[in-house]
Amino acid sequence: MTDPRTDSTDVVLDNDVAIDHGGAGDLHAVKRTGQLGSNVRSVIKHILMIAAALLMIYPLLWMLVSSFRPTEEIFRDSGLVLTSLHLENYTEGWTALQYPFSRYLINSMILVLGCILGNVISCSLAAYAFARLRFKFKNIFFAIMLLTIMLPMHVIIVPQYILFSQFGWVNTFIPLVLPKLLATDAFFVFLMVQFIRGLPKELDEAARIDGCGHWKIFSRVIMPLMTPAIATTVIFTFIWTWNDFFSSLIYLTSPEMFTVPLALKSFLDSTGGSNWGAMFAMSIVSLIPVFLVFLFGQKFLIRGIATTGIK
Amino acid sequence: MSALSELGKLRGRGKEETPDNVAGYLFLLPWLIGLVVITIGPMLASLYLSFTDYSLLAPPEWIGAKNYERMLNDPRLLNSLRVTFTYVFVSTPLQLALALGIAVLLNQGMRGLPFYRSVFYLPSLMGSSVAIAILWRQIFGTSGLVNQVLMAVGFRDLPGWISDPNTALGTIILLHIWTFGSPMIIFLAGLRQIPTMYYEAAAVDGASKWTQFWKITMPLLSPIIFFNLVLQIIGAFQSFTQAFIVSGGTGGPSDSTMFYTLYLYQKGFAQFDMGYASAMAWLLLIIIGVFTALNFFVSKYWVFYDD
Repeated sequence: MTDPRTDSTDVVLDNDVAIDHGGAGDLHAVKRTGQLGSNVRSVIKHILMIAAALLMIYPLLWMLVSSFRPTEEIFRDSGLVLTSLHLENYTEGWTALQYPFSRYLINSMILVLGCILGNVISCSLAAYAFARLRFKFKNIFFAIMLLTIMLPMHVIIVPQYILFSQFGWVNTFIPLVLPKLLATDAFFVFLMVQFIRGLPKELDEAARIDGCGHWKIFSRVIMPLMTPAIATTVIFTFIWTWNDFFSSLIYLTSPEMFTVPLALKSFLDSTGGSNWGAMFAMSIVSLIPVFLVFLFGQKFLIRGIATTGIK
Repeated sequence: MSALSELGKLRGRGKEETPDNVAGYLFLLPWLIGLVVITIGPMLASLYLSFTDYSLLAPPEWIGAKNYERMLNDPRLLNSLRVTFTYVFVSTPLQLALALGIAVLLNQGMRGLPFYRSVFYLPSLMGSSVAIAILWRQIFGTSGLVNQVLMAVGFRDLPGWISDPNTALGTIILLHIWTFGSPMIIFLAGLRQIPTMYYEAAAVDGASKWTQFWKITMPLLSPIIFFNLVLQIIGAFQSFTQAFIVSGGTGGPSDSTMFYTLYLYQKGFAQFDMGYASAMAWLLLIIIGVFTALNFFVSKYWVFYDD
């Protein structure tokens, strides 16, 4: 997606250049000196941008490189050049806790899959109702749904905890997955409502004439067309659940149930923050899935953010 | 475009054709159950609990407004409010200004836009993770990356940034600013909606770039800036993970990173003072509500709606 303006051969139309040279002046002069000035400016701009990008990404690159260094070296070397590959951090970190790190990865993965399934099913059902059906109090419910997007979870966490602990669900994944099955991530309902509204209504009507009820219209017509919105939901649910710390901290108490963020936290607690090599190694392991999702799902991430303002 | 503008549009919508009540409520059922059981029920329960003394062990005991009185006289709570306000009102404007600035630069026909956009966006995806908070602990530690670099250029006797009460909060603010990528993407999408002919016309009239920014970009982008501002402020009030990990769960040194949510967690889930924690949660809701309302009120004076 390069901006069409950069490819413009007519320099006068390039607002960058026209602005630099006072605009209203002699257009021919702008054309001649503008070309040179814009090149210099563009080079400076790129150098500054690359510097900024490097500064932004440096901590991540440095953590990656440092995860292959012995801990003493991490405190000495602020550069990115590796002299040797110290893989012990990874083997040591993997087995440093009560269970091998794979256990926590699997726990996180189960949780993520449960939340994805919950969000996709429950949010798309609610979104279809809001976008296509007419029923009493719809507008009031829709307004409430939008308001819950802004509701801080801390207001409900205490009674929710009491409720779930009375059911004996503390230290299970139920308190973390059940809310997703009940469409409490209203952001995704909103995202899908917006998407369904963009689909032509004639499709529904054609299906209705063919004798389809609402369920068939939803499952055979709308759902297949909604894949981009579902992909965005899947990707954001993945990243939010994978990174989530607060709910797991409250609900998951014994090590065999720990998710990756809790494992990292207990690693930090148990070493008192001294074994940086192994800690960085496991931090990198924990970021790999996020990075992969970023790499392959970027299109959906960016579209999702741009259209709904999700984080 | 946004959830906020949707709310405004609702008022004008009238009745149409035949209703399908049964199907509507069937499709809405999971959400409705969630609304009652997961959201409204617990909200009312926490309102009730906020007027009780409750420690999970014995049944809640009604104590009237005592929890709220206690909050007014709790120096640690007042301090946590100060810390949280500092965090929210320093980091949000800085983060949004940076996001806007970079978005405007990238939008000026910059080659390689997708590359820069990706690099600037990546930290937003990782910023809320424990892994990055751990990294931050190292980077701003006494012999961390920042001090290594500073020593290399000649500085001596450097503090441990996270162990000094004067700078610890600053490192967490910096972490928040570092995740400017997601508002930047929203700004980029907004900037693309502004017709280039506006700039061309202004340039022909001799408007400088600076003037163009203030007279064209800012007014046309103001609804999006407003939208970002509201959401980022609401989000920032609820920050938890970074302060928890960077301070090892203590909110230290000397409560300098004791975020409101961290104190709420300590009261509710470490000391099981559930009544007090519920009262704290309601105060948070009120604070967020007041600032959101204030934002909407002030927006009348600076947000420009085209239609």
